[in-house]
Amino acid sequence: MPDKPKVAFYWCASCGGCEEAVVDLAEDILTVVGAVDIVLWPVAMDFKKADIEARPDKSIVAAFINGAVRTSEQEEWVRMLRKKSQVVVSFGACANSGGIPALANQSRKEDILKYVYEDCPGVDNPDKTRPRIKCEDEGHTLTLPELRSMVRSLDQVIDVDYYLPGCPPTPKLIMAAVQALLSGKLPPKGTVLSPDIALCEECKRKDSKPADLALTEFKRPHQIQIDPEKCLLAQGIVCMGPATRGGCEALCPGGNMACTGCFGPTSRVKDQGAKFVSSVFSNIAPKEEKDIDAVLDGIPDPIGTFYRYGLSKCLLRRKLN
Amino acid sequence: MDKTAQKVWNQAHQQANSGRRTVTIDPITRLEGHGKIEIFLNDQGNVDRAYLQIPELRGFEVFSQGRPAEDMPQITSRICGVCPTAHHMAAAKALDDLYGVKCHPVGRKIRELVYNAFMLEDHALHVYVLGGPDFIVGPDAPKEMRNIVGVIGKVGLDVGKRVISMRRRIREIINYAGGKVIHPVMGLPGGVAKGISASELPKFKEIAKDGLEFAKFTLQVFHDIVLRNDAYVKLITSDTFTHKTYYMGLVDKNNKVNFYDGDVRVVTPEGKEYAKFPIQKYLEHISEHVEPWSYIKFPFLKKVGWNGFVEGGSSGVYAVAPMARLNAADGMATPEAQKAYEEYFKVLGGKPVHHTLANHWARVVEMLQAAERIVELVNDPELTGKEFRTIPTKTPKIGVGVVEAPRGTLIHQYETDENGLIRRANLIVATLNNSARIAMSVDKAAKGLIKGGKVDDGLLNMVEMAFRAYDPCFGCATHTLPGEMPMIVTLRDMKGGVIREIRR
Ligand code: SF4
Ligand code: SF4
Repeated sequence: MPDKPKVAFYWCASCGGCEEAVVDLAEDILTVVGAVDIVLWPVAMDFKKADIEARPDKSIVAAFINGAVRTSEQEEWVRMLRKKSQVVVSFGACANSGGIPALANQSRKEDILKYVYEDCPGVDNPDKTRPRIKCEDEGHTLTLPELRSMVRSLDQVIDVDYYLPGCPPTPKLIMAAVQALLSGKLPPKGTVLSPDIALCEECKRKDSKPADLALTEFKRPHQIQIDPEKCLLAQGIVCMGPATRGGCEALCPGGNMACTGCFGPTSRVKDQGAKFVSSVFSNIAPKEEKDIDAVLDGIPDPIGTFYRYGLSKCLLRRKLN
Repeated sequence: MDKTAQKVWNQAHQQANSGRRTVTIDPITRLEGHGKIEIFLNDQGNVDRAYLQIPELRGFEVFSQGRPAEDMPQITSRICGVCPTAHHMAAAKALDDLYGVKCHPVGRKIRELVYNAFMLEDHALHVYVLGGPDFIVGPDAPKEMRNIVGVIGKVGLDVGKRVISMRRRIREIINYAGGKVIHPVMGLPGGVAKGISASELPKFKEIAKDGLEFAKFTLQVFHDIVLRNDAYVKLITSDTFTHKTYYMGLVDKNNKVNFYDGDVRVVTPEGKEYAKFPIQKYLEHISEHVEPWSYIKFPFLKKVGWNGFVEGGSSGVYAVAPMARLNAADGMATPEAQKAYEEYFKVLGGKPVHHTLANHWARVVEMLQAAERIVELVNDPELTGKEFRTIPTKTPKIGVGVVEAPRGTLIHQYETDENGLIRRANLIVATLNNSARIAMSVDKAAKGLIKGGKVDDGLLNMVEMAFRAYDPCFGCATHTLPGEMPMIVTLRDMKGGVIREIRR
C-alpha cells in the first residue's frame, strides 16, 4: 500500500480559532484523518521540531499554517515547514493578512510594554519591572524570546501557494481545500480557496440592496434596531460585504450584524479598504465637502473598520511615532 | 463506532506504540498555548525552584485604543478562539455598564442560553480529552495511553463519537444565536443582535435534553472510573497537588454558583467569606504583580498584598476556575448539580477543597448546572420574545463586565470618550487570575517528584497534571501571542548548564 500523503498543521500567532475550525469538522475529521498521515499538529499530537527537521525536503504534501508571524521562533518554524513541504496553505485571516493581532502594528512596541506593565489599571509595579530577554532570579538565569516590532502575514516571511480566507475559515471550505489537495487537481499558485465573488452575492439581504444607496448618514449598530431582512448598508450601517470575498455564506449578516471583512478582498482588488471607500463612498448623497464630512463622522474608526483584519498587508500598516 | 472511526483510533494506537507519544488523534484534544518550564536543581540534585514561563505578549489593551466600544465583543473574542464566547459575553456586559443600559430580559436569556451551552461543550472537551487522559486513564498508565485513545479504551468506543456529536450539536445553538460559533457577533449594549425564532425551539429542546443526559452520564463515568479507585482519591488529596489559597468566583444573590452574572465572592483558605463585591469595585480588590521572567502578570488580593509564591491566609494568592468557584459559593443553582456538589465536598472532607486535581470533579458538577440551566431556558416562553434589545441613550464613560469563563473569572473594563471610542482598556482573563497558583503548582510538583537528580518521562506527566487540572489557556493569559508549541521542560544544574531538555 502506498504511503498516505503527509500533512502538517501548524499555528503561529493565532487565537486558536483556526484550530477550533478544524475541530468543527466534527464527524468529517475522521474522514480526513483516515485519508492522510498527519505528521505535525502541536495542538493534538506530539511530534517535535526534530521530527520535521529529520524529514527529507518536500516530503510533506501540504502544510496548513495559521496565525500571523511575530517572533523569531515562528519565523524559524515556517521557514522549515516551507522547505519540507510541496505546498504551503496560508490558513485564515491572521496568516493571510495579519488579522486582528495586526491592529498592534498601529502601536509602537514600547507603548504596548509600557501600558501593560506600568500604566494599566490595577498594576502594582513600583520598580517598573518588565519581562526581560534575560534575567536573574534567586541566582537562576532565565530567558524569554524577544517580540518583533511588526506583526507580519505568512507570505511576508515565506513563499505561499494557497490561501484559505476567514477568521476563521469555515469547515466547509477547509474540507473543500483538503479534498482538492488530495485529488491532486490543484488550482494555479496564489489562488484563494474560496469563491471569487463579493460577499453581497451570498447574502440573503442582497435583493434589498438598492443600486444607488444614497447614503445620508452612517449609524453604529448599537444605536438602532437593526432590521433583520433589509440590506445593512441601506440601513446606514457600514457593512464590508461589497469589498469582501464570499465563501462564508454571509454568516454575520445572518446573525443580524454587519460583515467586518474577515474573508479579505476578491482577486480583482488589492486593497480591501480602498475598494470599500471607492465603491460605497461614491454613494454618499450630499455633494458639499462639509456635508460629506458630516456623513463620514458616522465612521469614527476608519482604519479599524476598513482594515480590521488586513493591517499587515495594506499600505497603512505601520504607525511610525 | 463505524469502520473509519475504528481505523482512526487503531492508527493512533500504532503511532503511540511506535515510540512517539501521540497525545491523541482526536482533533478536540489540546494543550492550550505555549508554556515553558525551567527546573533548577541544587547540588543534591533536588529541585531548587521550578518556573513556569509564558513567553509572549500581544497587547490587546493597547491596540483597542481608538476603536468603537461596540466592536470590542468581536475584537476581544480574538484573544482566544477556544473561549471566544466568554470574551464576547464579558465585553457585551461591559458595554451594558458602559452605556448604563440594563440588558433587555429576552436578550439576557438568549445570552445566558448561549453562555451555558458554551460552558457545557467546553467543559466536556476538558473532561474527555484534555484532563481525562491523566485522570480517567490514570497517571501511572503508559504514556501512549494517556490520551483520548486511552480514554475510549476505558469508557467505550461510543463515547468518543458521542463527545464529538454532542459537542457539535450544542455548538449549533451558539452558531444560530451568535451568527458565528467561533467569534460570535451577537453581543451589543442592552441585549443581542438577533432573537430566537420559535421554529428553532423543538430542535433546541432536543439538544438540551440530550445535553443533560450527557452531563449525568459524565458524572457516572467519573464515579465508576475515578472515585471507585482508592489510589486516585489518594492522589487527588496528596500534598504534592495541594495548596491552601484564597478562592474567587461569581455568585448569585443566594450565593449559588453563576457563570453569567452576579457578585464576585472571595473566601479565605479556611472557607470564610473574605469579600463580596460588584465587579465595578474590582480594582479595590485585585492588583497585578510583575516578574521579569515571564510575560504573564500575577494578580493578587490587593488588601492582603503580594508576598511571593506562597500559600496561606497572609499570601494574596488566590485561585479561580471550577474548584475555586465551588469553594467560593454556598451551593449550586440547580438541583442535580447541587446533589453532585454535596457529594463532592462530603467525599473530599468538607469545604474548602484545596486539592488542585479536584478541579476535574468540580468541572463535572458544573457541567450538570450548565445543562440544567439550558433545559430551563429553552422551556422559558420568554426566550422567543420579539424584542431582545434596549437601545442605549446615555453618554458612555466607563464600564466593567464579568463572566465566569470555563477557566475562571474573566473581567473586561473599558473607558471611552463621549463618542464611545476606547481610551483605556483592562482585561483580566481567567488563566491570568490563576497564574500565581499555577506557577506554585508546577514548582511544588517538581519539588515533590524529582529527588537526587533522578528524572524520567513520568515526571512530565506529573508536572503537566499540576497545571492541566486548571484547564489553563496560556494563549489567552495576558493576551499572549502564542507561538503554539509543544511544551518544553529544561532541567538545569546550579550553574545553569542544561542537564536535560524534554519536549512534548
Ligand atoms: S452590503 Fe452587507 S447586508 Fe447588504 S447585501 Fe451586501 S453583505 Fe448583505
Ligand atoms: S460575514 Fe464577513 S466578517 Fe462575517 S464571517 Fe463572513 S466574511 Fe467574515
